[in-house]
Amino acid sequence: MPYPANYRYTREHEWIELNGSVGTVGITDYAQNSLGDIVYVDVPKVGDTVTANATFGSVESVKAVSDLYSPVSGTVTATNEELKTAPDKINENAHGTWIIKVELSNPAEFNALLDAAAYESFISEETNS
Amino acid sequence: MTSDASPSINGAARVTTGKVRPHQTQNESLVFEKSSPGKRGYKLPPLDVPAIDIKALLGSAAREMPAALPELSEIEIIRHFTRLSTWNYAIDLGMYPLGSCTMKYNPRVNEFVARIEGLADAHPYRPDSLAQGALEVIDLLQRCLIEITGMDAITLQPAAGAHGEFTGILLVRAWHESNGNARRKIIIPDSAHGTNPATAAICGYTVENLKSNADGGIDLDALERQVDDETAALMLTNPSTLGVFENQIHKIADILHAKGALLYMDGANMNALVGKVRPGDFGVDVMHLNLHKTFSTPHGGGGPGSGPVACKAFLEPFLPTPVLVRREIEVNSPAPESWETVGDDQPAPLFRAPVAEPNSAEDPRKEHVTLCWDYDRPKSVGRVRAFYGNTGMFIRALAYILANGPDGLRQTTEDAVLNANYIRAKLEDLYELPYKTPSMHEVVFSDKRQAALGVKTGDIAKRLIDYGFHPYTVSFPLIVHGALMIEPTESESLEELDLFISAMRSIAKEVEESPDLVKSAPHSTRVSRLDEVQAARKPILRWRG
Repeated sequence: MPYPANYRYTREHEWIELNGSVGTVGITDYAQNSLGDIVYVDVPKVGDTVTANATFGSVESVKAVSDLYSPVSGTVTATNEELKTAPDKINENAHGTWIIKVELSNPAEFNALLDAAAYESFISEETNS
Repeated sequence: MTSDASPSINGAARVTTGKVRPHQTQNESLVFEKSSPGKRGYKLPPLDVPAIDIKALLGSAAREMPAALPELSEIEIIRHFTRLSTWNYAIDLGMYPLGSCTMKYNPRVNEFVARIEGLADAHPYRPDSLAQGALEVIDLLQRCLIEITGMDAITLQPAAGAHGEFTGILLVRAWHESNGNARRKIIIPDSAHGTNPATAAICGYTVENLKSNADGGIDLDALERQVDDETAALMLTNPSTLGVFENQIHKIADILHAKGALLYMDGANMNALVGKVRPGDFGVDVMHLNLHKTFSTPHGGGGPGSGPVACKAFLEPFLPTPVLVRREIEVNSPAPESWETVGDDQPAPLFRAPVAEPNSAEDPRKEHVTLCWDYDRPKSVGRVRAFYGNTGMFIRALAYILANGPDGLRQTTEDAVLNANYIRAKLEDLYELPYKTPSMHEVVFSDKRQAALGVKTGDIAKRLIDYGFHPYTVSFPLIVHGALMIEPTESESLEELDLFISAMRSIAKEVEESPDLVKSAPHSTRVSRLDEVQAARKPILRWRG
């Protein structure tokens, strides 16, 4: 699956797309593939604050529970209700399935993230190590 | 949720003769399905007293309809549960190489001792003066575990490893609070057991992940950068979940202590250390043990578990209440009730508190010492378990320690490490070894070579069932992609290890020659692959929907 050029990525395998001051956050195809079949996604409440590089939730697969790390700091404006009943949407289309939306408090954090090319070279290193 | 293998095996058995097949391969219906009206497993004599009118007695609480209990004869119910019991895979049946779990043999002598009348019948409400035998067992076990760990004090209350972690971090928190600041975070390496971050979180701490270095150990520079004035503790497993001993452990302790943070050790892998090194000597402040791992008490199947927490002296005031203490009885005070009846001509009780050597010349009052529970512990974190913990396990663990003795325990550790390294040496040509550092009591391979042919660690584990072994630990630790984590323990003989090794070698060959055979395993069980994904996403929680 291609890594969209307009997204930015974390080393913890989250992606974020920015529209104005609102970031849309999900996990990468590499992450869903490593986790395997996802059975549950634990997300914060609307109005909660999230901090860049800190956990904001977790994703549970048949194999493991893995923390979700926020790419940016800000306030949660929406969570994807569909994931409550259909967490497998992430396995089907990781880059098209968002988890939370965040109103950024520090937009500079977005620019510090990896772009698609940098992320792809990061995961190819991780795969070979 | 079962695959199609289940109905065919079951169906075949029904269609052919209905004759009983080996039960590992045969399904067993529920007792409700076997029920038939009027069948009984008992017969009562005719009623010879006036019948009671239940409705008059219970009013609206009386049942309108009889409870829908299954009706079976005695032999049917005996067979039902006996058949179910044959489905168990147990250490008594074969090797159980589940890494990180130390599935060692539970010696029969433990069971013998635990059934001795007086210990088996001891009641937790019995007054201390009448429970000196049981208290002596607890006291001696405490002293043995303190000696083995090199710590200063201990509580036996926690009922399992994770419960021990919880108790240990409560002690850490209480100590920091007594210094005026509970602090904010706990650092946990990425190789840790999943229970560690859960423990830290439930004790109110934020978890900070610490990445392992190239050898699978702690990166000292990274740790130095991460530890600050808000760090309450580092939770470390040693040997790590890769089965690697943390050689820099004393430096790790120094880095933490310099910032006022504590070192917690997860003692899950203590089977690699007993009799060789003591955590108390390498800088650990507080740790838990798993009696159901290292000290041979039953593991799984309800155990129950036991997770004692040992700590240094400065944490002792915070231990859960009550703690066992020795008190001297003044000679002029009335003797404890239990001793009054024991005259010279009567046999001494089976268990009796040790009587201190009379030293009347110096202090005439110091004649008797008695064990009792001290509840006056103002700084205690409180109780973490009803009564005193899982006492039956204390008896078994003490029996194991005393039966082995210091040299025996040391030999146990050496054999456990030798067995793991034997497996490593015999399999590393076929299975990828991601970390080449010397192994302790367990060895972690990865499925890298097999995954290239489309076969994953879970497939190999399931194929191992067909060879008569319990699977190893799959996909853990998480820092190894496709992990195969194998811990044979000292219980296995060279012959059993060779059987296991030949099974693993045979499976590696199958992966190359007929991968589908491995990918569709197991083939010898009643049911083959369960749909784990649907079971988690859409669980069916009722019988017949």
